[in-house]
Amino acid sequence: MDNPTTIATGIKSKKKITKNRMRFHKWRESLTGYVFIAPMIIGSSILILYPIIASFVLSLTDWNFVSGIEGANFVGLENFITLFKDSIFLKGLTHNVILLLVLPIGLFLSLFLAVVINKKVYFKDTFKIIYFLPYISSTVAIALVFQVLFHPTEGPINQILMTMGIENPPQWIADVHWALPSVMIIIIWTQIGFQLLLYMAALQNIPKELYEAAEIDGASSWYQFRKITVPLVTPTTFLLLVQGIVHTFKVFDLIKVLTNGGPSNSTTVPVHYLYQQAFEELKTGYASAISVILFIILIIVTIFQWVGQKKWVNY
Amino acid sequence: MEQALKKVDTSKLITTIIMGICGIIFLLPFIWMVSASFKLEEDVLTFPIEWIPSTWNAIENYSNVWLGDKPFSLLYWNSIKVSVLTTITSVSVSCIAAYAFSKINFKGRDFLFLLMLATYMIPPQAIVVPQYLLYSWAGLIDSHLGLILLNSFSAFGTFMLRQFFMGINDEVIESAKMDGAGHFRTFFSIALPLVRPAIATYAILRFIWTWNDYQNPLIFLRSESLYTIQIGIQQFADAHGSIYSLMMAATVSAIVPLLIVFIIGQKQVIEGISMGSVKG
Repeated sequence: MDNPTTIATGIKSKKKITKNRMRFHKWRESLTGYVFIAPMIIGSSILILYPIIASFVLSLTDWNFVSGIEGANFVGLENFITLFKDSIFLKGLTHNVILLLVLPIGLFLSLFLAVVINKKVYFKDTFKIIYFLPYISSTVAIALVFQVLFHPTEGPINQILMTMGIENPPQWIADVHWALPSVMIIIIWTQIGFQLLLYMAALQNIPKELYEAAEIDGASSWYQFRKITVPLVTPTTFLLLVQGIVHTFKVFDLIKVLTNGGPSNSTTVPVHYLYQQAFEELKTGYASAISVILFIILIIVTIFQWVGQKKWVNY
Repeated sequence: MEQALKKVDTSKLITTIIMGICGIIFLLPFIWMVSASFKLEEDVLTFPIEWIPSTWNAIENYSNVWLGDKPFSLLYWNSIKVSVLTTITSVSVSCIAAYAFSKINFKGRDFLFLLMLATYMIPPQAIVVPQYLLYSWAGLIDSHLGLILLNSFSAFGTFMLRQFFMGINDEVIESAKMDGAGHFRTFFSIALPLVRPAIATYAILRFIWTWNDYQNPLIFLRSESLYTIQIGIQQFADAHGSIYSLMMAATVSAIVPLLIVFIIGQKQVIEGISMGSVKG
């Protein structure tokens, strides 16, 4: 009987079947999704997320690792208060901030090199490889090599400087004032390759017409660099800046092997201090407090990136 | 016209030569390192620098490193084992996750992606203490398995591969679905082959980073027989502190495999990084 009600019910039930089928498919789709991401999510939850939370908890205790978990006492923010009066930690923080100087220097050099290699030389690919080599080398190996190169009296660098007439070359890593700059030089040297590559990719995206127009208007190369190149690679500059900041706060291997924080704590950084406190002094609670501070600093940097990206970057 | 062309060529040539010289200066530490590893100890620090050693001591130096008191071949093997296994695991885990995050629509996808991304924002040193405790409890300290797991779940791989998967036209996936293929089949036969260069790039990077990892083996390994090459050269340096020629032979040995892997795969890595950054 095909009266309107049955037709309507017919259509309604058909719709319901289709809806249910869709729902089933969606569910199946979700399930597939979960299966695919499961290893990654489970792995990173156990190995990274959980430790992050644990770090926060530990930072509120005075646990010293050797005494069992029962020996841990909840001390609230005491670790943090001590931390902010800890001269070594504060020194480390200052050093880290100074380390940030490698960024403007390094980025400028990389951009300059990128511009030159991009248009003005032959054998582009070979140069890319040359400048990238330090980036892929093991930090330990590099630290060991530079230990010798930087040797105050017998190292090749000072030998060369002395032949050039400089009588008292810097003592590099043996000198409290020069140790940190030595570290900075090495950091710049290793990071240039990576920054260079990213800049070269960005340069490919700048329309040639802009340069041609400027050329016609009689703009000098330096002017073109300032007014066209620099503004148009700001997305990359920004990306590298933020990654660079995060990277400088993570520099551990280099300092551990090259100077181990010395001489007299002139190259200590929070990350290195953390290692010391956790694994040499066995003050787990205190070390965790350092972790929390580092984490907070980097989150702030990341937020800064998110916000700043909208304000300062030209797309 | 001819003149203008000629002019460009000359200045390009000159710049190339200058850059070439800069390039060599830039690589001087490496060149010095290799050269020192071939020398007699007393010649290492002679000045002016003898770039090509007058007396070749290469065989003695390298045998000392490889056949001496530190079991270098074992350390090498450990590094290769850990790096290869970590790379395989990480690539596999990241690939399927990346595909899902880009091509599968599931509930909570964006939230979970951000959560996973957050794990990338943490400096490893900040969580190393609880990780150590976790590993202690799970009996994973002093094991290669533990070491492999540590670096296998990096969000970077997932993030990077997702960018490339997103580049695959949705229509391709749709038509596969029309033909009745489920996501598994689509992933293996269609999506995966399309992102092969990105996978190669990430695999090489992950291999290099794992090979160079110093902190994790330092903290999570105890037995000498499990040490990787990075710990090995640092200890070697401690033991033979002032014998520079030997130290340099050790460091060269540590870097060479990376150079080989890199030179073979360099086109991939450089393209991969450049492409990834432009897309981002």
